[in-house]
Amino acid sequence: MTAVPTDEGFVVFDHVQKSYDGETLVVKDLNLSIAKGEFLTMLGPSGSGKTTCLMMLAGFETATNGRILLDGTNINEMPPHKRGIGMVFQNYALFPHMTVGENLAFPLEVRGMGKAEREAKVMRALDMVQMGKFANRRPAQLSGGQQQRIALARALVFDPSLVLMDEPLGALDKQLREHMQFEIKHLHETLGITVVYVTHDQGEALTMSDRVAVFNDGRIQQLAPPDELYERPKNSFVAQFIGENNKLPGTVEELDDEKCLVRLETGEMIDATPVNIRHKGQQTLVSIRPERVEFKPEMMPPGAHMIEAEVLEVIYMGDIFRTRMRVAGTTDFVMKSRNTIGQTKLKPGERLKIGWHPADARALDPM
Amino acid sequence: MTDATLPTPSGPLTTADGRPLKAALAASLAVRRRRALMLVAPLFLFILISFIVPIGQMLFKSIYNDGFSKNAPALVQWFDEHPKGSEIDESAYAALRSDLILMREQKTAGEAGTRINYDISGTRSLFTGAARKAEKLEPPYKEAFIALDKDWGNPNVWRALRSAANPFTIDFYLAANDMTRDETGAITAVPKDQQVYKKLMGRTLMLSIEITALCLLLGFPIAHLLATLPMRKAMLLMIFVLLPFWTSLLVRTTSWMVLLQSQGVLNDVFVWLGVIGEDGRIQMIYNEMGTIIAMTHILLPFTILPLYSVMKTIPPSYVRAARSLGATSWTAFRRVYLPQTLPGVGAGGLLVFILAMGYYITPALVGGADGQMISNMIAFHMQKSLNWSLAAALAAQLLVVVLIFFWIYDKLVGIDKMKLG
Repeated sequence: MTAVPTDEGFVVFDHVQKSYDGETLVVKDLNLSIAKGEFLTMLGPSGSGKTTCLMMLAGFETATNGRILLDGTNINEMPPHKRGIGMVFQNYALFPHMTVGENLAFPLEVRGMGKAEREAKVMRALDMVQMGKFANRRPAQLSGGQQQRIALARALVFDPSLVLMDEPLGALDKQLREHMQFEIKHLHETLGITVVYVTHDQGEALTMSDRVAVFNDGRIQQLAPPDELYERPKNSFVAQFIGENNKLPGTVEELDDEKCLVRLETGEMIDATPVNIRHKGQQTLVSIRPERVEFKPEMMPPGAHMIEAEVLEVIYMGDIFRTRMRVAGTTDFVMKSRNTIGQTKLKPGERLKIGWHPADARALDPM
Repeated sequence: MTDATLPTPSGPLTTADGRPLKAALAASLAVRRRRALMLVAPLFLFILISFIVPIGQMLFKSIYNDGFSKNAPALVQWFDEHPKGSEIDESAYAALRSDLILMREQKTAGEAGTRINYDISGTRSLFTGAARKAEKLEPPYKEAFIALDKDWGNPNVWRALRSAANPFTIDFYLAANDMTRDETGAITAVPKDQQVYKKLMGRTLMLSIEITALCLLLGFPIAHLLATLPMRKAMLLMIFVLLPFWTSLLVRTTSWMVLLQSQGVLNDVFVWLGVIGEDGRIQMIYNEMGTIIAMTHILLPFTILPLYSVMKTIPPSYVRAARSLGATSWTAFRRVYLPQTLPGVGAGGLLVFILAMGYYITPALVGGADGQMISNMIAFHMQKSLNWSLAAALAAQLLVVVLIFFWIYDKLVGIDKMKLG
């Protein structure tokens, strides 16, 4: 896995490996370079190594092998307080015995900044997150969302060029989380800082990032901008981890550069785009996004294969209908159709033919 | 939300059927409250009987001693009728004679004499001697008594008798503070060479503070290690910390004797290493040092456990946050970690201090002469001199000192912030 080439390697992981017990590798040969001003998200299930990577970058864990470069200097041996990296923690880690103002002044104080300058900077940082009135409160007197803003302001108050965020929105409710996503994104754009963001929430990763690194089993599975990640997943893990996905197992019957024909287990034939298929006769897992499934023949490209489906359940979700169907022996095939005027209302038990554009069906490795 | 809780425009809230809301709430919770009360009642009763009543009695004993007053009714009456300053005339000696005869019959001369003896030592025999001969004395009794023993003419003895006629007295508190009364009843200090209690109280306080400080100093790193080690190793270390709890206090104390005495293990090692000569063996036990070492060892777990329980709740992300914000590890410790452990430091420190103030066995065994504490003196008065009232006064004073420290702690840290486990 090689990183997407960038004109600037502001943060570089160079063959980084990490082991805690000397028997298993938590991070296996990580190579990643992050450009200045980029918003990069490390996404993955728990135990995939993403947080370990962040901790190595922050200096709380040491790399077992390899180098980590920050702005061209090797920071492997540099203690955390000399790195000048801002960090936002999952539980905010606001010092409970200090007021909000004292919390924010802390990084300036340890840098030996004068009182007047300190106060000005603290106020500016608080205003930046719309918390100017709260300087004299204690963290315990604030709501989760307010604490989150303060944690953010504290990580930014000493003007770091790199800010790390370790699942900073994990403890907030859905609405607040979505609001904060935009605010963080906005701050990133106005301040021009580099952000490395760790999350296990794929929606968050897609909304906020310039690029997303999907971690699994200590490796980056795919490193790509959000749209590419969603529409062109490189392997089954990424396809499954990002968004909802229909999986149809089968065997490759015909294969050329851009197209392949897959025979499903029930004998039906479908079209797909080969992604990591090497030869004919290979087992594969075809992945199709639910919103790309069509049941109206006029919407299909000419000559595309269509297969039988039986409607099992229709769930009304407001903006969309979520239709669960029996397709090629599986009962969890999902189709999402927009709730537009004149949309055909399907009923359970109904039989119909469905299909998709061959580009939307991706033949991936069997997991 | 039902309309039952809607507020009426004026007056208190009522339920749907018109009852006041507070009364309805109390009624609905009454059964649950009664059941809860029944559950705690046995414990409450136990504490009352085994703790509050004895403590109250002890405190009462320090200001109340009827050893003399209940055995000398005639003298008590005479003192009542003749105010302070009256001349000790023939009628007083007649009352004394009738009381002494009564004491002889009831065999209580010793008890009454002991009470006076607390005030003026050497007067117990005055009573026991006179009681035997009282019946045979002829009037005028004043001359007869003085002829029997000239101390019967001593105004200080009569001052003590008058004082003891009232069972309520603060004299034991005076004694506990190295004070006494002169012949006129004014409070004076006892001669310098007889002063013991104030010095002992001061030493007890100093030793307790030193031991508390040592315990905190030694316990803090161990508690931190316990809180940060992985579970399995932490459990093993915890067993080592708790091991002393499973060993008899006497065994632990005597093992310190074996280690520290001048022919003991430690001195032998020093001599063998050539650090000290054979004649330069260090006296490490049967003095203050012995008390400090042995008590610090015994009380150490009491600081470690509260500290550990507080440190366990401090997520490592606080120190990490401080480090990432640019603090050195020392600054992060001092500014972020240490302040958050204060509830544990306070709880552990206060616990050890209170325990140390009242510690008895260890100083008795390894303290020698200058490692004794006030509790040893209390035990002496309870068991040897049988002056329970003085023991009670000393104990009450100890209680007050502890409460003062409690109060200081509350002002500085806040009792509500204390965390014991």
